[in-house]
Amino acid sequence: MALGLSLTMLTLIVLIPLAALALRAAALGPAGLYELVLDPRVFAALKISFLTALAAALANAVFGTLTAWVLVRYDFYGRRIFDALIDLPFAMPTAVAGIALTAVYSPKGLIGQYLAPLGIQVAYTPLGIIVALIAVGFPFVVRTVQPVLEEINRETEEVSATLGANRFQTIFFVVLPPLIPAILTGFALALARGVGEYGSVIFIAGNLPFKSEIAPLLIVIKLEEFNYAGATAIAAVMLAISFLMLFVINGIQSWSQKRFGHG
Amino acid sequence: MDIRIDKIRKEFGDFPALHDVSLNIRSGELIALLGPSGSGKTTLLRLVAGLEYPTQGRILFGEEDASWKSVQERNVGFVFQHYALFKHMTVFDNVAFGLRVRGSETRPPKAEIRRRVEELIDMVQLSGMEGRYPGQLSGGQRQRVALARAMAIEPRVLLLDEPFGALDAKVRKDLRKWLREFHDRTGHTTLFVTHDQEEALELADRVVVMSQGKIEQVGSADDIYDRPQSAFVFSFVGDSARLPVTITDGDVIFRGSGTGLRTKAANGARHIFFRPGDIQLKSEGPAFEGRILSMRRLAGARIAEIDAGLGEGAERVEIELPLGVPAEQGSLIRFLPHRFAIF
Repeated sequence: MALGLSLTMLTLIVLIPLAALALRAAALGPAGLYELVLDPRVFAALKISFLTALAAALANAVFGTLTAWVLVRYDFYGRRIFDALIDLPFAMPTAVAGIALTAVYSPKGLIGQYLAPLGIQVAYTPLGIIVALIAVGFPFVVRTVQPVLEEINRETEEVSATLGANRFQTIFFVVLPPLIPAILTGFALALARGVGEYGSVIFIAGNLPFKSEIAPLLIVIKLEEFNYAGATAIAAVMLAISFLMLFVINGIQSWSQKRFGHG
Repeated sequence: MDIRIDKIRKEFGDFPALHDVSLNIRSGELIALLGPSGSGKTTLLRLVAGLEYPTQGRILFGEEDASWKSVQERNVGFVFQHYALFKHMTVFDNVAFGLRVRGSETRPPKAEIRRRVEELIDMVQLSGMEGRYPGQLSGGQRQRVALARAMAIEPRVLLLDEPFGALDAKVRKDLRKWLREFHDRTGHTTLFVTHDQEEALELADRVVVMSQGKIEQVGSADDIYDRPQSAFVFSFVGDSARLPVTITDGDVIFRGSGTGLRTKAANGARHIFFRPGDIQLKSEGPAFEGRILSMRRLAGARIAEIDAGLGEGAERVEIELPLGVPAEQGSLIRFLPHRFAIF
């Protein structure tokens, strides 16, 4: 019953639309598809989308784990509020996040004005895209790592210290390995989210072709030109790459689960 | 390694967990820290390990003042109640951990580590399980892995925090015996914390009874059980009965009449303590008197709950009645303890 229901859901909401997408893209034919991907502007947009998403997901893996650690291990005034704030990027319309980030990081903005003299320009560059993607992907790693971290007993660290391990060894050999599957899950979620993100990015990116134009924006542009085949083709390519990446991450994850996940 | 705990005081915030505790532990001794929860026994153990630092006082390992040494420098083996095994490592890797994290100048070569780890795994009778993960072991096996892991670093002292607390009764008994043999074979100075008096009395060379951050008494099982030095020790270790008495020039007076018992305790309101089995029934002469409220059968005797207040406020005690004595609920019983203590 439950299986049937969830399979039906999956089919209706995920599989059929994706199949339609693939079908539409196939209408272009392999040669057309090939030509489209190799179109320099499309290729550049795909590269920017995936590289910025990767960079943001990596940053989130590090800082998200750190944040989860702080939330679990430190007791400070306002911790619960801080904890609640983590989920805010989930709740906020991403366009709002994008506009806010642009305001803050533009060369005249709150933070941007101090970065500009250092030659660092955030808004309207790929760096801006990464900042936006970090913001919207931030909750994923925190929320996947936090419950696992809560399960790890402080005694495990103490025992490591009595055995002569210094703090560094304890963190890297004792604390982190059991967290790896959870960190990977959060990383994969943040990455997937980053690849598909649109709303927050288009405001801060500046959308300069070949420089800071992301693939989802290109899809919208194609749609506005009534080039439906072109739009679906880009979407199909993104889908294929995303699927491949998630597949690989899943593989690493199940390996690490076997290697580290004994509990 | 001799260990001297010298007037240790430990406060958590404003709460004093230990008040001026002193204790000398001889090399090779097996010592039990016994007490109810909140008595400070685990705090004392953690101070010796270096997992906490004292507010005042010193801890000496041999002649060396270890009070402010870090836990890594102290080289102690610590075993937690819930094992605290590294779940992502095999039994072998768990035991080898302490040797592998050493700096390159003190780390034994790989082959030597392998030899020592295998020897330890053999010693805790887990040969053949080197490749298993903690999740695949029973509680008793996990505890033995934890012990082998602690032993791997050749600790100067072995510290066990409620080592059998999470195990079921049968495994507990086996492991207790096994630990005693293990200790006799290896000769490590060992401190273990327990709230189980049977465990403490059976296992330890000396038992340290603690209450409310203080040491109440230190002694062998016989000292603790037969010659308790305080009301707390008397009532905490073993079954005990307690009645309010007045001492007048050495006479023990209960409810205004003499009991015929004599004591060296000073004059004033006191309590008499005795074991439920240390009584004689009296048909005549001065004695304690009470009415039987209820009775229950143990293997070789009956335990009677008695109200010695006789209507003037309940004074309930439990005494042991031999099986042959005719008695039932409501009957009057007259008795005198032949061994007792006044506090």
